[in-house]
Amino acid sequence: MSSMPDDEQRRDFMRRSLTLIPAVSLGSGVTLTASAAEEPPALADYQPSFFNTDEWQFILAACDQLIPSDEHGPGALETNVPIFIDKELYGPFGHADRWYMQGPFITDGDPELGYQLPYTPRELYRHGIAAVERYCQQEHDKAFSALDAATRDDILGRLEQDKIDFAALDAAPLTAGVFFSFLWQNIREGYFADPIYGGNKHMGAWKMIGFTGARANFREWVEQHNVPYPLGPVSLSGERG
Amino acid sequence: MASNSTVIRKEPVDAVIVGLGWTGSIMGMELTDAGLNVLALERGNDRTNADFTYPKPADELAYGVRMEMMQRPSQAAITIRRNLNETALPNRYLTSFLPGDGVGGAGVHWTGVLYRATPVELKLKSFADEHFDKGFLPDDMTIQDYGVSYEELEPHYDFFEKVCGISGQAGNINGQLIEGGNPFEGPRANPYPLPPLPGTYNNALFAQATKNLGWHPYPYPSANVSQAWKNPYGMQLGPCNFCGFCSKYGCLNYSKSSPQTCILDALKRRENFAYRTNCEVTRVELDSDGKKATGVTYIDGDGNRVFQPAELVIVASYALNNVRLLLLSGIGKPYDPVANTGVVGRNYSYQMTGSIDMFFDDIEFNPFVAAGANGQVIDDFSPDTFDSARHGFIGGSYIYTAQGSGAPISNTPTPGDAPKWGSGWKKAVKDNYGHSMSMGTTGTNMAYRDCYLSLDPNYRDPNGDPLLRMTLDWHDNDIRMTRFMRERMLEIVRELNPRSHVEGFKNFGDHYDTRHYQSTHNVGGAIMGTDPSTSALNRYLQSWDVHNVFVMGANAFPQNMQHNPTGTVAALTYWSAKAIREQYLKNPGPLMSA
Repeated sequence: MSSMPDDEQRRDFMRRSLTLIPAVSLGSGVTLTASAAEEPPALADYQPSFFNTDEWQFILAACDQLIPSDEHGPGALETNVPIFIDKELYGPFGHADRWYMQGPFITDGDPELGYQLPYTPRELYRHGIAAVERYCQQEHDKAFSALDAATRDDILGRLEQDKIDFAALDAAPLTAGVFFSFLWQNIREGYFADPIYGGNKHMGAWKMIGFTGARANFREWVEQHNVPYPLGPVSLSGERG
Repeated sequence: MASNSTVIRKEPVDAVIVGLGWTGSIMGMELTDAGLNVLALERGNDRTNADFTYPKPADELAYGVRMEMMQRPSQAAITIRRNLNETALPNRYLTSFLPGDGVGGAGVHWTGVLYRATPVELKLKSFADEHFDKGFLPDDMTIQDYGVSYEELEPHYDFFEKVCGISGQAGNINGQLIEGGNPFEGPRANPYPLPPLPGTYNNALFAQATKNLGWHPYPYPSANVSQAWKNPYGMQLGPCNFCGFCSKYGCLNYSKSSPQTCILDALKRRENFAYRTNCEVTRVELDSDGKKATGVTYIDGDGNRVFQPAELVIVASYALNNVRLLLLSGIGKPYDPVANTGVVGRNYSYQMTGSIDMFFDDIEFNPFVAAGANGQVIDDFSPDTFDSARHGFIGGSYIYTAQGSGAPISNTPTPGDAPKWGSGWKKAVKDNYGHSMSMGTTGTNMAYRDCYLSLDPNYRDPNGDPLLRMTLDWHDNDIRMTRFMRERMLEIVRELNPRSHVEGFKNFGDHYDTRHYQSTHNVGGAIMGTDPSTSALNRYLQSWDVHNVFVMGANAFPQNMQHNPTGTVAALTYWSAKAIREQYLKNPGPLMSA
């Protein structure tokens, strides 16, 4: 098809640019230094920057439950989603750099008026994980990561439904529902974001659904109605899937 | 708080422009054309086309999720409440609406749907008085006419469409209806500069279904251009390649009309134009009797407080920020909804929207083949195209399909009965990605006595200034309208017969839920009109109270129309510029007598 040579040229150009120019700064502050050939780290070898050892075990276990590895496609652990979350919390997002964080923090207003906690995402994760671990110790005398899969699923379901009383776990004003919504949002981000942010290893999530990543050139495909697009994804750093 | 309390005083200029987005860029061209020495002050960073070269924009996390192009609430959040008794709370991170930031403003990250208002939308109150029984409109509905007619704005719409290279199919040229265009649009002097974009499969399905129902589909008027275009300023655009990173993103292909692609490089060449970035204007300063502005005070990137003297002040920031600056500066009387007095903050309104996602088994949509304004639309249910009174409301919506993004963090819809996480969620995402199409409504929101903007009593920005407080909730007239549109869209669903669908429409008793994105069409609050007791600006967008202050933006809309605001915002800016050039500069003073 006619779009392929252009795409190929562009990919080649991009790879050459990446060799010639060591750092292309992206708007988010992420630096495009990884070459296409650079292998992302193995999850087992990764040293978290933000999470402590116990928190890391929780994140690994929660990611595994929320997006498990199965016959439909790769799971959150295979795609390095925990690494993505660690990097995000370590960086500007974790510090709520764009958020309005002046008081007064009125936390009993109508939920439809949006997030009103005094916590940055880092603080929210710290308090949220601690509350869930207290709950697991109280109810099961084990850490979350030591529970069987069915029990973990049950606990995650209760978090989602806001049915674990965080106030009784000394975690107010954070609620189970708010903690879960951040956790699940960030896991999906790590699963589907460009691999340059640490997750979506080898674009596994993109390949599973058929998203094309950074190809960004489809003029010839607009009027090819009901015809599947044949090519796999490419990433910001030039990796081809 | 700025550390340096000493005020630096700059050399005077003829005109200072607050904000360098679409309206600031247009005013820059017009006022430098008139020979004025013009300075624009922009709160955010500089942004040029180099910031959007491939592959930078193809990054959903940075732009689609972390909102790199948007105003940072840390700098100036909006507080929101639904009624006079609720305590407004700040929108701590952006959700419901996404004001832009930096040079180009929201004109960089916009979707690129460029409409004109219809003749009726500009004189809605007169239309209502003629066509609805007395007493039909609720007592607390405060809709008004703009005070400017479609005929007066038509040349300015026409010119701005040429500036942008708008791609579309005309439906009415000088009263002659044209098959395939929108038969309900106002008469145009000229066709669109470029033919419509080609369309993805959802467009074809929508067009066929709505034709079967007897309606009149037409392609979205698009600022993602269909062919190469050189505009009246000598700026060049290239054809959109459907990259799929459009709304919320800068364009990587010089294809989306923006201040950067259409105006700024031409403007920056002019010796009588200059701009400064990271300069946050905090006040328009007035002389001792409060009748004339002397210039503006801003805080520069180093925290210095600077006074910039100017003969003419153009307020050209985002609509909400414009209203806040007027309130902080004491220009015009603040609106009081209890006493029903004052004008600044009055008639704030929003956009009534609804959506349906449809899921199919055996259709390939290739959702990443996308452009912001890649869509088909019907206007059969607009304020004046059917008998809305029979259904109990004034107003209307256009109904559309669009394929604007396939980026998967935000665009992986699943059927209503699918699990929300776990293995079942993953299967649902995999099974449905590429096999769903979405439809939406963009509808009117009338103005009401208890929907308005004011300064917040509790929350302040880092400079110590009060945040803007928004008071807004839904009213039954507008809910009736959106429920009616839901019924029409379900007719389209029946035509297309998907496996399942998921709908999102507001219902009676629903309140404004700020947690979800709805629209960045925030309008009103400093509205235009012909009566200073009910408008902050006269029909030339000049402050009734301070004659050398002109305010550009959708804050001028007395209520919200169904059609997207940018075309009318730009046309009003050219209209105001014409009045400044032809009348005001010759004889500075009020252009209308109060």
